[in-house]
Amino acid sequence: MNIALHTDIQQALCNYVLQLADTNLILGQRICEWCGHGPILEQDIALSNIGLDLLGQTRSLYQYAATLQGESKTEDDLAFLRSERQFKNLLLAEQPNGDFGYTVLRQFLYEAFQLLLLDRLKNSSDQQLAAIAEKSLIETTYHYKWSAEWVIRLGDGTDESKSRIQKSVNEIWTYTGEMFIPSVDEQTLTSAGIIPDVTNLKEEWLHKVTEVFAEATLDMPDNNGWMQRGGKTGVHTEHLGYMLAEMQYLQRQYPGQKW
Amino acid sequence: MSPQINLEEQFQAKIDAEIKIEPKDWMPDAYRKTLVRQISQHAHSEIVGMLPEGNWLTRAPSLKRKATLLAKVQDEAGHGLYLYSAVETLGVTRLQTIEDLISGKAKYSSIFNYPTLTWADMGAIGWLVDGAAIMNQVPLCRASYGPYARAMVRVCKEESFHQRQGYEIMMTLASGSAEQKEMAQDALNRWWWPAIMMFGPTDAESANTEQSVKWKIKRHTNDELRQKFIDATVPQAEYIGLTIPDKDLKWNEEKGMYDFGPIDWDEFWNVVKGNGPCNKQRLEARRNAHTEGAWVRDAASAYAEKRAKRAASKVA
Repeated sequence: MNIALHTDIQQALCNYVLQLADTNLILGQRICEWCGHGPILEQDIALSNIGLDLLGQTRSLYQYAATLQGESKTEDDLAFLRSERQFKNLLLAEQPNGDFGYTVLRQFLYEAFQLLLLDRLKNSSDQQLAAIAEKSLIETTYHYKWSAEWVIRLGDGTDESKSRIQKSVNEIWTYTGEMFIPSVDEQTLTSAGIIPDVTNLKEEWLHKVTEVFAEATLDMPDNNGWMQRGGKTGVHTEHLGYMLAEMQYLQRQYPGQKW
Repeated sequence: MSPQINLEEQFQAKIDAEIKIEPKDWMPDAYRKTLVRQISQHAHSEIVGMLPEGNWLTRAPSLKRKATLLAKVQDEAGHGLYLYSAVETLGVTRLQTIEDLISGKAKYSSIFNYPTLTWADMGAIGWLVDGAAIMNQVPLCRASYGPYARAMVRVCKEESFHQRQGYEIMMTLASGSAEQKEMAQDALNRWWWPAIMMFGPTDAESANTEQSVKWKIKRHTNDELRQKFIDATVPQAEYIGLTIPDKDLKWNEEKGMYDFGPIDWDEFWNVVKGNGPCNKQRLEARRNAHTEGAWVRDAASAYAEKRAKRAASKVA
């Protein structure tokens, strides 16, 4: 491998790790909004657990991204001092919580994807990424199970719960396609054999989702409809700016302090 | 001797011998009622207490602080859960207990009716509010009612962890920039008096103390615990260079404890009666969580019923 190519790959890997971290952080931040407001105490606790796992994964990923960058930045620099256009998270993650059904559905659709992705990344030729993926996969397996069970419960529960979650399915669906559209960095890393081709994960993902929706008696949306995109390249929905303003305010207001 | 008197004597004899009372044991109605009131108030305090700290989850200044705060607030939910379960062993369902909270009938610790205005409040709450809670709760690990005492053992372990985390936040701020130190001092100024009011009215005014001490639900009086808290906390403030906002605070060599200034009991009773800065918001948040979550709970029961029916028809 020549040095120029190596640098390209290193840059792509850094961007990719940031993309993974950003999605976990933004989703974790959304989950924080639920804490203390959940419909059932046990589920409030379960959501916080997922939030904690996502934050833990975020920290490992940012620490790794900082090493790849080699600019002696910290995990907090990456979380608190980057702007809207620099965040690479999936649009799915930044969508507002809606009702409990929307939240568990958003989680389910993401974790179904993560389950497939991490299962491959754990064998990545990049050892650090593989190690983070392997650890995260254990957590993701639980998140997937919890969220799938709730989608089924709400879909096959009462008329009201079914109509609520079906409405959420129809609204959120347009944000699911982005997971399977590789960014330039993902393409680079796939060619280098470091990460799987996300386009190939779509069929398996659809299969999982279809199965769970069938058990939940929910209708699958038209999968040929338009899919929103842009998160991976930093072109977000209007929600992200507000989230970052809130999340980053102390670090922005009092720069360079220890907390 | 009537059988009732005999039962009461046996009951008191068990308590005097430090034998735990268990759910199926005979107990006087007043003992049961006192426990239901006290444990459910405690449970509600944990649950309502999630709100002021939850207010800073999305704004925590570092990822580590965010994760630690989320874990702390989650612990409080867990404490609420054990305590609601302890109430259930006394024959009151969780739903009933929660309905008493959202109807405004049940009380919770007034401290949570104060707003969390800056990040330093996360430090002050951990240090002072959890610190005061530990003073109150450690003796409860030896309370005469078994399920309560056992729940408190676990609660206290976690609370003492929270207290150290809170103090560590204060220490970091107090040794930080001038702005950070000011933030820490301001938080101490706002939380100090409400924290020392957490021990409740003075012994002379406390309606429940005497009987509760006899039943070993309570081991120390409000004033004893308050004094103990002040004596432990003042040196901690001094150590990190913060000033307790009480001009009358002075070490009393003779008594071997601190003298402190008069407590504004008008403020205390006003907050208890619902006039605190956040009483309305806290109750509303709990009410909304409960009513907006009704469809989720209904769906979960409907689904469980359907599943049970399907399983039964399979067996048939």
